[in-house]
Parts: sequence; C-alpha cells; structure tokens
Amino acid sequence: MPAERVPLRRQFTRGLDAPICLTWELTYACNLACVHCLSSSGRRDPGELKPAEARHVIDELAGMKVFYVNIGGGEPMLRPDFFDLVGYAIDRKVGVKFSTNGTRMTAEKARRLSEMDYVDVQVSIDGALASTNDAVRGEGSFAAARAAMDHLAAANFGRFKISVVVTRHNATQLDAFAGMAESYGAQLRLTRFRPSGRGADTWGELHPTADQQRMLYRWLRDHPEVLTGDSFFHLSALGEPLDGLNLCGAGRVVCLIDPVGDVYACPFVIDREFLAGNVRDRGGFAGVWRHSDLFASLREPQSAGACATCGSYDACQGGCMAAKFFTGLPLDGPDPECVFGHGAEALAARPAGVIPPPALGHSKVDARGMPVPVPTPVRFRSPVRV
Amino acid sequence: MSLTEERVEAPVHHFDPDSAWRVHPLVALRDESFGALAYHYGTRRLLFLKSPTLVDLVSSLDRYASATAAMEAIVPAPERPRYCRALARLAASEVIDAR
Repeated sequence: MPAERVPLRRQFTRGLDAPICLTWELTYACNLACVHCLSSSGRRDPGELKPAEARHVIDELAGMKVFYVNIGGGEPMLRPDFFDLVGYAIDRKVGVKFSTNGTRMTAEKARRLSEMDYVDVQVSIDGALASTNDAVRGEGSFAAARAAMDHLAAANFGRFKISVVVTRHNATQLDAFAGMAESYGAQLRLTRFRPSGRGADTWGELHPTADQQRMLYRWLRDHPEVLTGDSFFHLSALGEPLDGLNLCGAGRVVCLIDPVGDVYACPFVIDREFLAGNVRDRGGFAGVWRHSDLFASLREPQSAGACATCGSYDACQGGCMAAKFFTGLPLDGPDPECVFGHGAEALAARPAGVIPPPALGHSKVDARGMPVPVPTPVRFRSPVRV
Repeated sequence: MSLTEERVEAPVHHFDPDSAWRVHPLVALRDESFGALAYHYGTRRLLFLKSPTLVDLVSSLDRYASATAAMEAIVPAPERPRYCRALARLAASEVIDAR
C-alpha cells in the first residue's frame, strides 16, 4: 500500500544509503555538569572539528540529502562559530534542530533565531520545579532555562521544544511539563534516560521505577502530541505500540558525529565498542556510513537471544542497545527496563565486573586530574507531585 | 532516535483529483529502494512514500493538467483508486498542494 504510516521496519533495519537524521555534538564544552550527561561533557576537546572541517561535514550531509541534523553537545551555543554553522547548514537545506541548556540564549540571539527558517530549538529542563531540575542540572539551571524560553516566546520564535529526560523524580510532573509547554505555545518532548556518559553513575538512583514506566506508557498513549524521538519503544511491549517506528535506528538510520569527528552508532553509545570511524578519514562521513564494519554488522539480522521466547519481542525489539551495554547486560537479551521485569532479573544476576568502566570523558577535572564533583541526586527528598 | 517524531495535525483537506497538483515547494524527496523519504521543511514532518510508482506519480504531478491525468499516464487502471487515496493523504499532510 502506498500509504505513509505503515511501518518500514524491515527496510530500515537493513540500513539506508544515508541516515534519515543524525545527531552532531558540536562541542564537549559545557558550562553545566548535569549528572546524567550522556556525553560526559564539560571540557572542550582540543581536537574539536575546525570551522572549515565542520562546514565540510555539512557539505557532505547536504550531498547525501540528509534533511536535518540534531545539534547538541556539550552546549552548542558555546562554539564561537555556532551561528555561522547553523546558517551554513540551512543555506544548504540541511535543517537544524539544536538542543541548548538555555544559558546563552539572550533576547538578541532569540530574535536572530526566530528570523531563520529551518531551525528548531529545544531547551532542556529536567524538572517542573526548580528544586527537581537543579538537583540534576545544577544550581540556577532552571531559572536559566525558563529565561531562555521567555526570550524565545518574546521573540515570537514559534513552537520551540521543551526537552525533558524522564527520571524517577520528574516522572510525577508530566502534566506540569505539558502545562509549561502549553503556556509558551511550545511542544513537549520527553526522552528516555539512558545509563550513558555520567548517566551510568546515576542511572541506578534516577531511572524511573517499574510503576512509573507503566504510568508513562499510559500517559504517552493519552498524549500523542508529545514528542519522544521514538525513545520509549521498550514500553510498546505493554500493549498498543507508541507512535513512531519503534526500532533501534543505531547505525541503520541514525548515528552520532561527536565534536572530534568520531562517528558512533548513536548518541548514547560514546564508547570504542560502537565507534565506526571518523569524518576526517579518507572517505569522509559518507565512507564511514556506507562502509564501516560496525554499521554493516548492525544492519545484519540481530539475534533475539534470551528474548526469543518472549511474545513481545516484535513490539519492543529487545529495547535499547545503549541501556544494555552500559548496565553490563548482553546485547541479545532484555533491556534493563524491560516492562516484564526480565531486565531487573538480569541486572540482579549480573556477574561481577561486567559493567564497562566509567569513562571520564570530558567531565571537568581539578588540578590533580580528579573529576570535579557534580551535584548528586542524593539530596532529593521524596518526589513531589505538582 | 528521532524518526517520525514530528506530528502536526493535518488540516482537513479536500483532495480534488481533477485539479492540478504539485509537490509542495517546501518538500524534498529522497529516493530510496522502497520508494522515497519526503520531508516537509515547513511542518518538519517526515513521511515515507512506499512505492516507486507513487514517487513517479508525485514527482510528475506538475506536468499534468490534473492528478487524474497523471494517474492515467503513470498508474495501471486497477491500481488507481489506491493511488488516489494515497494522494489524498499526501495532500492532507501538505506533501503535495494545489497549483
């Protein structure tokens, strides 16, 4: 049937000649130190792509007809050539959706963005209350995010996005987030908390409980207008699938380009195990996308492993590769947040030493090279319903 | 990861196959083995055209006086009602618009 809403999962799992979209972290520099940062950002990497190299990546994306790129970081607005690169991309019909913590969003920059076509902005906030948010993202980050939203609204930017990583402490605030989005004429976007980057250290305390996952599934079913980036497909095992393709697109239809040009299967697996190549390699980004051994193997049929006997494998596809990898679970088995509890059992049965060592990544360090402490979620009181 | 996250309520749209249509100026098509990806830069919506014939038809609309004429030239007769419904859906999501 030549309709557009029938799942194309099979074709997509075999990979396409070019990604449908991709994430590009422009810099590891960040002025916040969120406890769940998927890229362990903080310090700028000296090997960051130079402006000319970054423009070359955009040329390649335009040549491959990648319609848009999700720009993140680090804090992308800290890159001095941020606006130049955004302008360069949209001039070549590569739309830009970028994520920001909002700290650098002045009234003037909001006006500038509102004058650009093909640019979407999403402001990250992880609590409907300052206390919930700041415990994860740092003191003052709630106020900064709200100020950025105020600037965008005042500049008539239109429907910007409010982007929330769902945690144990904000899972009770979904209606409040929806209300916040409505008050700005913005769109709410919820994404799944993965144990990636510094998130590996905080996942145990911060990931939503099993009850919260079921509640979240029902809430998402009741709020189809809320964007999710397809990130909760593991919940589709609970019944009717959530909107979206419900598949892991890593290395098949999506990937990550990191600030130094390394190409990973997805934004949540910044680890050598999932490194496909570098945009500075001879064949450029296209060469990595089309010829890397890693991506070729991801495009092969995957084993359902321990999930093969579960009647819901078609619905959840075994869940998220990154969530399994960074919790030390086999990739061909249940997701740690499997809605039937198989993941919790697997976590409990993990042999010692299977969790990959935490990478320091680009977290800020002190004079002795020790990581600068980031706010710990330990000081949370019980979740507040708002 | 983000694939079809953009959900914009499609306006109620009457599709008249006897008028003239074209690919919406803000839409880009990318050929794929199954058909094509269509991306609307205005609504930020990504859609999938699931047959090469549909891609041919959509890309040819601007060369015919009507969608019906385009279908008569491109789509085998028994298939036309199906393709007409597909065009109506594409009109509703503004992948094609009246010219």
